[in-house]
Amino acid sequence: MTHVPRLLVLVLVGAAAAAAPASGQAAGARPAVVRVAAAADLKFALDEAAARLARREPALRVEATYGSSGSMHAQLRQRAPYDLYLSADVDYPRDLVSRGTGSVRDLFTYATGRLVVWVPAGSTLPVERDGLRALESARRIAVANPRHAPYGRAAEAALRRTGIWDRVSRRLVLGENVAQAAQFVQSGAADAAIIAKSLVAAPAFGGAGRLWDVPDTLYPPLVQGGLILPWAASRAGAERFRDFLVGDEGRALLQAYGFGPPPR
Amino acid sequence: MDWTAILLTVKLAALTTLLLAIVGLPLAYWLATTRRRWRAVVDAAVAVPLLLPPTVLGFYFLMSTGPNTAVGRLYGRLFDGTLPFSFAGILLASVVYNLPFAVRPFASGFAAVDHRLIEAARCLGASGPRTFLTVVLPLSWPAVLAGLVLAFAHTVGEFGVVLMVGGNIPGVTRTIALAIYDDVQALDYASANAASALLVVFAAAVLGVTYSLQRRPLPL
Repeated sequence: MTHVPRLLVLVLVGAAAAAAPASGQAAGARPAVVRVAAAADLKFALDEAAARLARREPALRVEATYGSSGSMHAQLRQRAPYDLYLSADVDYPRDLVSRGTGSVRDLFTYATGRLVVWVPAGSTLPVERDGLRALESARRIAVANPRHAPYGRAAEAALRRTGIWDRVSRRLVLGENVAQAAQFVQSGAADAAIIAKSLVAAPAFGGAGRLWDVPDTLYPPLVQGGLILPWAASRAGAERFRDFLVGDEGRALLQAYGFGPPPR
Repeated sequence: MDWTAILLTVKLAALTTLLLAIVGLPLAYWLATTRRRWRAVVDAAVAVPLLLPPTVLGFYFLMSTGPNTAVGRLYGRLFDGTLPFSFAGILLASVVYNLPFAVRPFASGFAAVDHRLIEAARCLGASGPRTFLTVVLPLSWPAVLAGLVLAFAHTVGEFGVVLMVGGNIPGVTRTIALAIYDDVQALDYASANAASALLVVFAAAVLGVTYSLQRRPLPL
């Protein structure tokens, strides 16, 4: 048994040595960290926005956590320690404000989400020709969970307005958020997905496929909105990042990733 | 409360436990009695899910059983379907993930049986399986029960693997853990609360019954 404490000492020394350089760095010029609770459809666009801002302003670092807007909303109601909330549906931040969390002055819209049908390159589903109706012959269709993910609700609305909801609803598989729905189809486990254009149009989205834009008349607009949280540890940083996103450069970047402009 | 999800969860847990008894008891007996060198390898392989986050198993399961993989094609040819997003899929993942929770208690129970008794039974002409059923199992049943109960309870509580490979389909792969998660995300705290309270009572009851049973001799 005597070798156990020795091993423990070794592990502790190793851990301390590994941790030392990191803490030394932090003691220097420490960038202000903006912690963002972000909708999953922002995954690729926001990573680039953060990288671009970091190049220009090294004193600012954006750390984003991605999830379904509804999950984030539930966490923020319990004061999750984020500085900025970027939702795929402006109703969520608006609801926070109406509950007394945050000020209406810190509420903003930054983009409009777009819905697409995505199928892997080898798929025989004629989405270009038949649009959503092509999905009637799909086995498994991945969507985000309509109960708490805006893209899931948009997908449901589009299927209902096309009149095929009753025929395909049993074949839906629900991702916890829109990025998980993308992963279901990317892995080949589902043969089609109705998801965010911003995910599948991004170069970082692996896997070749074809996409079809769902006409925006088929679903209520996915107005993406955000909120600077009243308990933000880095309020100045959060404002700076918001200004970047709603400014010309941010808007152009979001559009390059498949988002539309926010409504006027 | 989502009774479909509760029934599905009970079905999943019961079938997982049954399959683990069929696979796990012989495996554990082999592990407890063999002197082969690669016993350690098998022991480690069985225990690996203890150390892995469920997401690792879920991720690999999803990547290795899709319709474009060898496993997926074979399964598609045999059963005309896909493993991910099916009940069979979460059952298989659940069996793999719960293997250590059943096999390790089984094996430690078997190893604790006095080896002379086993040798005596074999010398008196009993076959291996008969020795197992009439000597080993009656002497180690508290450990076997513990393994089965752990596997059942752990399946009821399983979340990560089912979330990754199930696709959250009502009546097929939406277990009670997922239903509670959805309730919370959708801010339906009343429903989440009802199902959660039921699970707490269930867990306490299962453990209470198990522990009190184990203090008695074999109830057969």
